[in-house]
Amino acid sequence: MTVSFLILAALTIAGTSAAMGLRNLVHCILSLTLGFAGLAALYLQLDAQFVGFTQILVYVGAVAILVVFAIMMTRSAGPMAQPVFSSSWVKGSVVAGAVFAVLAWAIGSSAATLKMLPPQPEVAVRDIGDALMHRFVLPLEIMGLLLTAALIGAVLIAMQEKREMQ
Amino acid sequence: MRDVIMPDVLRPERIDQIFVILKHWLLGHAPTVVQPIFSALLSVAPVLVVFPLLFAITTVLERKGLGRIQNRYGPNRVGPYGFFQPIADGVKSLTKEDIVPRTADQAVHFLAPLLLVSAAFLVYAVLPVGRNMVVANLNAGVLFFFAVGSLVELAVFMAGWSSRSKYSLLGAMRAIAQMISYEVPLVLASIVVIMAAGSLSTVAIVDMQASYTGIFPHWFVFTPWGFAGFVLFMIAATAEANRSPFDLPEGESEIIAGYYTEYSGFKFALFFLGEYLGMFATSGMAITLFLGGWAAPFSFLTWIPSYFWFFAKLLVLIAGFIWIRGTLPRLRMDQLMNFAWKFMLPMALLNIFAAGVWHFMPAGPVRWLVCTVLIVAPCILLGRGLEHGKKLAARTYRFAE
Repeated sequence: MTVSFLILAALTIAGTSAAMGLRNLVHCILSLTLGFAGLAALYLQLDAQFVGFTQILVYVGAVAILVVFAIMMTRSAGPMAQPVFSSSWVKGSVVAGAVFAVLAWAIGSSAATLKMLPPQPEVAVRDIGDALMHRFVLPLEIMGLLLTAALIGAVLIAMQEKREMQ
Repeated sequence: MRDVIMPDVLRPERIDQIFVILKHWLLGHAPTVVQPIFSALLSVAPVLVVFPLLFAITTVLERKGLGRIQNRYGPNRVGPYGFFQPIADGVKSLTKEDIVPRTADQAVHFLAPLLLVSAAFLVYAVLPVGRNMVVANLNAGVLFFFAVGSLVELAVFMAGWSSRSKYSLLGAMRAIAQMISYEVPLVLASIVVIMAAGSLSTVAIVDMQASYTGIFPHWFVFTPWGFAGFVLFMIAATAEANRSPFDLPEGESEIIAGYYTEYSGFKFALFFLGEYLGMFATSGMAITLFLGGWAAPFSFLTWIPSYFWFFAKLLVLIAGFIWIRGTLPRLRMDQLMNFAWKFMLPMALLNIFAAGVWHFMPAGPVRWLVCTVLIVAPCILLGRGLEHGKKLAARTYRFAE
């Protein structure tokens, strides 16, 4: 628990909770982006450069922009009329607390945290690439296939609309 | 014999490393406790000084150059040949009133230029401007560059949305659509270099190119895939920097100034600064990836300091940007998107394929021939494809004639 970890954790939690609590949808996304960035910084603090930068590239650079674009195209980004917190927030927070407790218990009692791990060798990006191209090549290909299918599906939906217009 | 004539300080290696030596000398005077933070400060401060200064010089050079191209003088009143114009501009933007629209989202409107400029400055961390002169030699340097560069899009959205103006929002949407579309070929064009160098570290990539055969350097641009990659990278970089002919997001005649229409005074200047810093950074990345970074163009010129070469190359690329801005008209939105997805993207992918073929073929003229054909043929075919179904003839003016 270093000071930098505490700062980054506080930043991440503040960003994500603001994303749930704010009224304006665009403000929510911007705070969510702050949460993503805090998470990326946490990865970097753990010496996982590749994961950290990919987190920024994918979540801050792509996912946030995608959400923003979706909002701009579909609805006016004004503040919501109904209250942000639903009436069943007590039950919700009980469930959330239970889930957190289970997760915390599972992580706390797992073998990985019990023994002091030997210092990991520094993983270069090259090693990650090697692993992706050799051991995990099949999952990678399947992911690619899945994304391509999603892409084709999106194009199909867009095309359908055009045909109806004509 | 040269050692006898020249004092130790003036040897080329010493001059080449003078800033590194200076930094270590200064660090030696600091107490051990503050040394890490002092070292970081000493690395960052030059970036914060040199590149805004380059921005100031570039604005006046650009206006002069454009003036020359358009057969007029350009700025010529402040200082000799108008070279102190940036100072006057700076004072003006500092003293202007900072106008924020009443309906604007105050916080986001305020944060947008700050985020833009911070992101633009952050990417300089991985650019090696000279031998041993890089702020952070990251293992995943190129990835860092593109990751932080993508923050600019968020800043552009924040500026456009928070202004509550239709021009700003339109400009932001155009800018984001354009940046996303051209970021794909930008990253794909740089992949060939990462494949050849086998590293994502900018320092390692430059070191790979810093050797010579005879007097000629091993820059990646002197291979078929490297040349194609460089051209694709520079086109995509022009689009990323929102510069002519890809300046639709701020087309003055259509949407005033795009996403920063509602900014005035120093915030406007910050947007301007951020845009130029982004342009320098992508040019610097192109130099690092394809043009040998700080390496001298011929082996007999290595006695000239490495940082001189980096900035000389940067100024040449900037001159190219200015020249293109003065020469080409603005594209239409559909042309822009067609060009990105139907030409740039397939070309970048085929270029990766050509680089792979180059890697696995034995060295020799056959390899050159095969790779050149692999790049030139699709280039011609894709160009034909873009031309297909379009009437490309001289425009006739019905009413003027």
